[in-house]
Amino acid sequence: MKQIGPLFKREFFGYFRAPVAYVFLVAFLVISVSLAFSRYGGFFRAGVAGLESYFVFFPWLFMFLVPAVGMRLWSEEKRSGTVELLFTLPVTTLEAVLGKFLAGWAFLTLAILLSFPMAATIAYLGSPDWGVVFTTYLGAILMGGAYLGVCSLTSAMTKNQVISFVLSLGACALILFTGFSSFTALLEANFPLFVADAVANFSFITHFDAFTKGIIDPKDVVFFLSLMGFTLFLNVVVLER
Amino acid sequence: MIEVKGLVKTYGAKRAVDGVSFSVKRGDILGFLGPNGAGKSTTMKMITGFLRPTAGSATVDGIDVTADPVAVKRKLGYLPESAPAYPEMTVEEFLGFIAEVRGFTSKEAKAAQVDRAIGLTHLSPVRRQTIETLSKGFKQRVGVAQAILHDPPALILDEPTDGLDPNQKNEIRALIKSMAVEKTIVLSTHILEEVEAICTRVIIISQGKVVVDETPAAFRARQPGARLDEIFRSLTRGDI
Repeated sequence: MKQIGPLFKREFFGYFRAPVAYVFLVAFLVISVSLAFSRYGGFFRAGVAGLESYFVFFPWLFMFLVPAVGMRLWSEEKRSGTVELLFTLPVTTLEAVLGKFLAGWAFLTLAILLSFPMAATIAYLGSPDWGVVFTTYLGAILMGGAYLGVCSLTSAMTKNQVISFVLSLGACALILFTGFSSFTALLEANFPLFVADAVANFSFITHFDAFTKGIIDPKDVVFFLSLMGFTLFLNVVVLER
Repeated sequence: MIEVKGLVKTYGAKRAVDGVSFSVKRGDILGFLGPNGAGKSTTMKMITGFLRPTAGSATVDGIDVTADPVAVKRKLGYLPESAPAYPEMTVEEFLGFIAEVRGFTSKEAKAAQVDRAIGLTHLSPVRRQTIETLSKGFKQRVGVAQAILHDPPALILDEPTDGLDPNQKNEIRALIKSMAVEKTIVLSTHILEEVEAICTRVIIISQGKVVVDETPAAFRARQPGARLDEIFRSLTRGDI
């Protein structure tokens, strides 16, 4: 397992060797902040010193932005042939998958934490509940990891980055929309309630919501962690096939 | 050192490698010859543990590659065809990464291995350049440097002199020859003269099967007076 270190380091700093990292960080922060200040976010109109109006867009934003981080994880290696180099080094597939995933997750975490001026803003404007701010950040990081697990898996399926991006986007959208209010309403109208509940249970939104309200529910944490575990397991299977 | 027995790889109905067997011992330089698509690279990829054989086995130093791939990978240095490397890294960073994965984690040990590899492959003028800006010859040498970095007991080189100019070719050949004393080396090539120049044994693969396994001298003696490529052509006609 000690081989994860160098792999993680190479992948994480790899983001910064190309302009990808800077483009991503700027795009992520500009879009997320402007959404919060837009009339859909109503950051000021809410009149609350909280970040709910900022984080409410994260499940949607992640749907587009996490595939942009995850699409290169394996596709790039397959296209350039470096996957052959990687897998003739003394590393196991699991170590390689974990090293790359953790690097991508650390990068996403960095992006999320760089929104700290928003937290500073609410601290300046009022007296926020720091407990809620903390759980919201925790929820966003966990959700980012779950999205990235899905994207890492789809990235391992193809050597074409565009296909990888579209597949990731599709898979993330599918998991996201199962919890979207109008979709669940449609389900509730046509199916017994327990079916609608079961389907909605697979959505990022359903599990992220509680975090933004200051609740760390073990079942939400378990959902995100098990989604990561499951997708990374499939990732190993796909690569060893 | 390297023992290959009845190696088979099938892709659908096509048999890319069809029962290849040979063994190489320490001090040998084995030249792998064959037309494109004959199964040279596929065989090498199976020995290095990158591809899983459909049947047969490959062992390095007595370790079966399917049973303990990581142990085999530790003993091997491998140059894949066309020498892939991470283009956005500098030569130094890239070799440093390889050194770390190969277990040279302390700063001094890492620097020592990287400097040694850079010295042997004459990469010092470009050590701070990113790999994407390098010429083909330098890129190829980065691939060789990466393969010999941990001073492995066995080397597998897939077309090590591909894309090099005559001077660079000579240099790489001299390097390979100088390392052969205490190593086992398997290299593939298209250049018949290369085999005569450095190899102690030659294997010709045609349509996934070994058709020749002998010394270069015996190979030349097959048709006295004929050019090497004429002998090669008569042996691999089935591939055309």
